[in-house]
Amino acid sequence: MNKPAGNGGTERHSTGAWLAGIALLAVLLAVIFFRTPEVPFFQDLPHMDLFRRCFFILFLCMALCLYRICRGPTPPDRAVAIDILGIVIVGFCAILAIPTGRSWYIDIGIAWALQSFIGALCLAKHLEGKRFDE
Amino acid sequence: MAETAGIVFIVMGLFFDLFGCLGLVRLPDIYNRLQAATKCVTFGTCSIMFGVFLMKGFNATGFKALLIILFLVLTSPVAAHALARAAHISGVKLWRGSVIDRYEEDKGKKE
Repeated sequence: MNKPAGNGGTERHSTGAWLAGIALLAVLLAVIFFRTPEVPFFQDLPHMDLFRRCFFILFLCMALCLYRICRGPTPPDRAVAIDILGIVIVGFCAILAIPTGRSWYIDIGIAWALQSFIGALCLAKHLEGKRFDE
Repeated sequence: MAETAGIVFIVMGLFFDLFGCLGLVRLPDIYNRLQAATKCVTFGTCSIMFGVFLMKGFNATGFKALLIILFLVLTSPVAAHALARAAHISGVKLWRGSVIDRYEEDKGKKE
């Protein structure tokens, strides 16, 4: 299990990729802020414009985490991104609980936080090269 | 008044989440990514939860949000520490601009 993994953080970003990333992020944020798409299952409560924007910004966060999970050069990178994705999803459940008026989304958030923590610890044990009962 | 304060907390938490995930994508090394993403995203989600608590008030939903804050503050540093230790043990190198590695020195002393 103790193989020398990956290139150890020597990933280089060229200037073109940097500018393309900034442009993509700016376009996505502009779409979210100025032309917010409709979310069909939100009820017609006050502050709905705000909550639609919150919904799509958290989607953007999850997309960034998924990019790191797909691209990550080493296995611990993917494990860290999975842990962060779990925490973002807990916040997403809380955001869903208010505009839909269904408070059981927060229960899903509690369960997801528990499972995400245990999963992160199991991944860490596996990366150290130990068995799960040590 | 409570709704306005809740919205302020939720927006603050959203910005922390967004910048934390941006650091997860942008930074060069797993240790840098871990220290950017874990703290920002944990605090951002706690802030969102506190905003939900302020908007919902003192009922079952609000107290569940407070319970999630307590749980995240307790568990997230533990998971981050375990992952960083596992990454170091499994042999991921530091970024070439890093200046010091205390854990490697400590491992050298034990042997």
